[in-house]
Amino acid sequence: MTQAEKELRFQEKIDREIKIEPNDWMPDEYRQTLVRQISQHAHSEVVGMLPEGNWITRAPNLRRKAVLLAKVQDEAGHGLYLYSAVETLGTSREQTIDDLHSGKAKYSSIFNYPALTWADIGTIGWLVDGAAIMNQVALCRTSYGPYARAMVKICKEESFHQRQGYESLIKLCNGTPQQKAMAQDAMNRFWWPALMMFGPSDAESTHSDQSIKWKIKRFTNDELRQSFVDATVPQAEILGLTIPDSNLKWNEERGHYDFSEIDWNEFWQVVKGNGPCNKERLAARVKAKEEGAWVREAASAFAKKRAMKKSA
Amino acid sequence: MSTIEWPLWEVFIRSKQGLNHKHVGSLRAPDATLALENARDVYTRRSEGISIWVVESAHIHATDIDDAASFFEPSDTKIYRHPTFYEVPDGVKHM
Repeated sequence: MTQAEKELRFQEKIDREIKIEPNDWMPDEYRQTLVRQISQHAHSEVVGMLPEGNWITRAPNLRRKAVLLAKVQDEAGHGLYLYSAVETLGTSREQTIDDLHSGKAKYSSIFNYPALTWADIGTIGWLVDGAAIMNQVALCRTSYGPYARAMVKICKEESFHQRQGYESLIKLCNGTPQQKAMAQDAMNRFWWPALMMFGPSDAESTHSDQSIKWKIKRFTNDELRQSFVDATVPQAEILGLTIPDSNLKWNEERGHYDFSEIDWNEFWQVVKGNGPCNKERLAARVKAKEEGAWVREAASAFAKKRAMKKSA
Repeated sequence: MSTIEWPLWEVFIRSKQGLNHKHVGSLRAPDATLALENARDVYTRRSEGISIWVVESAHIHATDIDDAASFFEPSDTKIYRHPTFYEVPDGVKHM
């Protein structure tokens, strides 16, 4: 079969909604797009543990602490599901992680913003996990089988993440004026970075068209961003928080909320490594790998020794 | 520092008595004991299982995807193995 025929048969499978599995033939570019997207997603889960992990010891009570611990543990699990999915595409786990540490691979820019107050933790759960869920629900139907299966598992676990954040904000918003102000301050800082999580606008997005054709993505960045705004505005109203956008208003004709243009300069600056926490986040990951090396080596040595004893 | 890559394990979970162990995913671990403990932490955080199997991925043998059409052909051509192949007069019950 020629390359063109293979590609044609591949596209036919996609069009008929047949999932692609690891050993199936796939175009190199499809494989590369998936490696880039899934590894970026995996890195986001793992780096995402850093701003929240920082608050585990400072949670205001035992209930919030147990919840935050469970959430951070989930993120580690989600990272693993996704690293496993990347591995089915023929790239080694080690290489995937090293690509993050060398700066070659990216992760979601949202985690380059600091979590300064306890209200940030609730806001991250509500807005950041909310935006992630919007994206991930759409990815449950992605064309690559292992990625779709990982997404289904992740979505099942993720909805508690958003709800716990929202619940925590309800408490703050119904608390003292200082607590309410703290929630509003967190909202002011996280709203725009949360909208940026959906990536560049459709006009600027380099990979979008082909990804939609291959059904890796089912919706464009702008479509998902709009759905997120539409879903979130009423939730903010219930909290009594103001969304920091004077142009935000319901557009009867479109049946959607209008909102201001994102500050794309800020977006690209953070993507390029100049956000408030880029260096700190990467340094933390590299340190974790280096300082954990002896544990991994000791575990390997122990397994080897035990296997030798068994065979002796 | 280069690390020795831990083997890959496939994880199978029985969700309750009476059901099969079902493949849920994979993970890396240095040995079977740690593979089982990691599988518990990663795949059963919400009471998803009462029993776990882990199998080193290297020990799994699989059919060849390129030969699938001819490999499974014998079953595709024998429609008389299905009950719907047979005609039964109207009014015959419990069959």
